[in-house]
Amino acid sequence: MGNIVEVRNLTKTYSNNKALDDIDLDVEAGKVVGILGPNGSGKTTLIKILTGLLRQTRGEVAIEGQQVGTYTKSIVSYLPDRNFLYDWMKIDDACRLYRDFYSDFDESKFESLLEFMKLERPMKIAALSKGMHEKLNLSLVLARNAKLYVLDEPIAGVDPVARDQILDAIINNYSRNSSMLITTHLVRDMENLFDDVVFLNDGEIVLEGNAEALREERGKQIDDIYKEIFGE
Amino acid sequence: MEFNDNLPIYIQIMNLIRSKVVSGEIGGGDRLLSVREFSKQLKVNPNTIQRTYQELEREGLVFTQRGKGTFVTEDLETIRNLKRDMASAIVENFMLKMKKMGFNSEDIVQIISEWIEEER
Repeated sequence: MGNIVEVRNLTKTYSNNKALDDIDLDVEAGKVVGILGPNGSGKTTLIKILTGLLRQTRGEVAIEGQQVGTYTKSIVSYLPDRNFLYDWMKIDDACRLYRDFYSDFDESKFESLLEFMKLERPMKIAALSKGMHEKLNLSLVLARNAKLYVLDEPIAGVDPVARDQILDAIINNYSRNSSMLITTHLVRDMENLFDDVVFLNDGEIVLEGNAEALREERGKQIDDIYKEIFGE
Repeated sequence: MEFNDNLPIYIQIMNLIRSKVVSGEIGGGDRLLSVREFSKQLKVNPNTIQRTYQELEREGLVFTQRGKGTFVTEDLETIRNLKRDMASAIVENFMLKMKKMGFNSEDIVQIISEWIEEER
């Protein structure tokens, strides 16, 4: 199917500090890739470069063969790890914002996601709980017919019921033609969703591969491998 | 479902389906859930379910009908053989543990007989 994302020798330095050090990464179409690592490992820096919010110091990043820019932004749907909607909005306003901004926004898909998440258009953003925020944001992001979905910590800090709804929504959205890149430190909860996993530590890839092959090879679940790498 | 064994997920799901077939919970000729439905139910990647079905098909326990889904074999012989294989695996594991504890075959026969007697 070919690669949706190709990253070569990607390096990002902040003054003397290397946030990413010579990263190579391919994401195949139809794959869900987990980017795993503790805080400060470079996950968010990597995501911000892929989504065009930061520029790399060195190296190449191609999405569908194009350098990061206006075109790639139009095919990448990004869920930031913090709320990005204004407090004065209602869910309906958020929907209109997305419809105006993204030509690939599919309102009927959004409608069914809202229903699935038990959210309604007249609800005020300011009145939503943390879990509802996360569900709304994910609904907006998944309602785009994008080539690449980048989800930064999609289940951080939500209750178990909301977490299950979020996982279901991610599975429902699975498609052979698009890919997902998901960062998390809640490895146990999410590892069964991943085709491939990438372990990032201090800006370097310390381990990567097919999740099932790693389980087979090491006789451990991904969460246990995570603890082994980042533990103590 | 929690996957806690130190095995790949697709193998754990294969084992789940095998035991349901052997126990009769899923009968010969029954249709399995679609890849999409099953992946939602277990909250695992659809590719993992796909792999599970492919491996079970390779073993002959299930077959796929284009556009209709994946079905459990109607060949009762295959299911009986699977049941026997699974029983052998349990017995083998049991015998290994008992011998490690120092019991010989006669002791084991006696312990089992007593157990069965008590169960009646």
